[in-house]
Amino acid sequence: MTGNVLRALEAVTAERAGTALLSVRGLTVRFRLSGGRTVDAVSDADLDLVPGECLALVGESGCGKSVLASALLGLLPANAETTGTALLAGPDGTGPTDLLAAGEKTLARTVRGRRVGLVPQSPAAHLTPVRTVRAHLEETVRALTGVPRRERRARAEEAAERAAFPATHLDRHPHELSGGLAQRAATALALIGDARLLLADEPTTGLDRDLVDRTADELRRHVDEGRALLLITHDLAAAERIADRVAVMYAGRIVETAPAHRFFGPAGPRHPYARGLLDALPERAFTPIPGMPPELTALPDGCAFAPRCPRATDLCGTRPEPRAAVACHHPEHPRA
Amino acid sequence: MLELNGITAGYDRRAPVFRGARLTLAPGESVGLLGPSGCGKSTLARVAALLHRPDAGRYVLDGTEIRAWRHRAPRELRTAVGVVFQQPRTAADPRLTLADLIAEPLRATGRGAEAAARVADLAPTVGLTPELLSRRPHAVSDGQLQRACLARALSLRPRWLICDEMTAMLDASTTAALVAAVETYRAGTGAGLLAVGHDRVLLERWCDRTVEWKDCLTGGDER
Ligand code: SF4
Repeated sequence: MTGNVLRALEAVTAERAGTALLSVRGLTVRFRLSGGRTVDAVSDADLDLVPGECLALVGESGCGKSVLASALLGLLPANAETTGTALLAGPDGTGPTDLLAAGEKTLARTVRGRRVGLVPQSPAAHLTPVRTVRAHLEETVRALTGVPRRERRARAEEAAERAAFPATHLDRHPHELSGGLAQRAATALALIGDARLLLADEPTTGLDRDLVDRTADELRRHVDEGRALLLITHDLAAAERIADRVAVMYAGRIVETAPAHRFFGPAGPRHPYARGLLDALPERAFTPIPGMPPELTALPDGCAFAPRCPRATDLCGTRPEPRAAVACHHPEHPRA
Repeated sequence: MLELNGITAGYDRRAPVFRGARLTLAPGESVGLLGPSGCGKSTLARVAALLHRPDAGRYVLDGTEIRAWRHRAPRELRTAVGVVFQQPRTAADPRLTLADLIAEPLRATGRGAEAAARVADLAPTVGLTPELLSRRPHAVSDGQLQRACLARALSLRPRWLICDEMTAMLDASTTAALVAAVETYRAGTGAGLLAVGHDRVLLERWCDRTVEWKDCLTGGDER
């Protein structure tokens, strides 16, 4: 790639960071284990998210994507060491908050639910079994907004409507809901604080395909209303359906970030791992990537994908720095 | 031949999950059973795997009518069917190493002496290294544990394999790897496969044919 193109790309990245709602730089998370071992769960991750945009963070289970999400919300266990910055733009032009430096008090009182809405992985586990959906919603309205008591009912019903949760089911308990309705109830809760950033962690796991599509489309609607969505998923079909950009994570590193239309389109991704992941889909070649990801306790110095990579050379023994959003010494050429 | 006819099953006799289900697999055939979650297809899979006694209906496996289920089922029939479920965590004893997990059915049928050799044979076919075999479930990923659960299902060399949403929680590459392992086993043994799931694209790519759950219930499974 020529210097000019690289400079142009960097300028775009810088501009994106300037208007970003969330701007993550150098995010690194390590867990200290007993016996002096460390788990390198996330290494040096950069990402930006602007309002009205959905970024899908994809990768296999254990690649670090859920740890990244937990780090942004301050929900990591005590043995985690986090470095880097994650700037969340302040409301109405006030200064940004560094989510990684903010204390638990700030995160609990002003960030979680208010400025960042979390759509959880398993809504059933997120809802208290003995309370109705209405009680959940009204309690969250009380906790997150200054709405006077007599208006809470109306606010709760509005939130349900925004998440397409049927008013007829508001007085049901979580176990009386289908998987799809439980997911909508959880989304309604995530929307109450009117957060501009939504974080969805595997929101479609275990759902049937048409429910996956519907859940994804509903999340997209909130993006089209001007929110930003970080969609964490191993479901490439869900990512293809609603994402504007895709970031691929492997062994704790973001190895490629690409516009979704290029990633899923004829040109295809450029990182060999990303390409292997797509080729594994049953609607494509249905061939697995040989081998398994490395242990996060014993990452190699060079490219962590090298033992599985068909393009690896001696050069891959040194770590590839990201160039034009691809961290690879020998990126694939566009397919088309 | 695996023949399920007029099967009614559930967890409460007065309110069965489904009535009169019918499904037939020819020897060595692979069939994908498609349906939404909660429809009862997993219960039918458990009946076929001899793990759940139906309230009514006839199940004939390779010419023998099944009259007893679970531990009462005759051993030679129980060992003819291997089964893999969606959730490896709930299907695996957390105290066992992966090697012992894979060998469990051999030990349970008094063939513990063969265990070491069989585990050594199976592990590479599902992509497990010796180092992983020495770990317990909490120290491996869902995908690695599911690989071990598949090896366990294959340990007795079953003539039939039942996979109930085996890959629903897994990423694309692990899914393709597990399906490839199943197909390698089938190519070598001629075993039949019932793959139950909701992912149409996957099951159509994987299986000889697919059957809709609603057609099982109306007797429309005519070939
Ligand atoms: S850096 Fe080398 S080993 Fe790593 S993905 Fe690129 S070509 Fe493959």
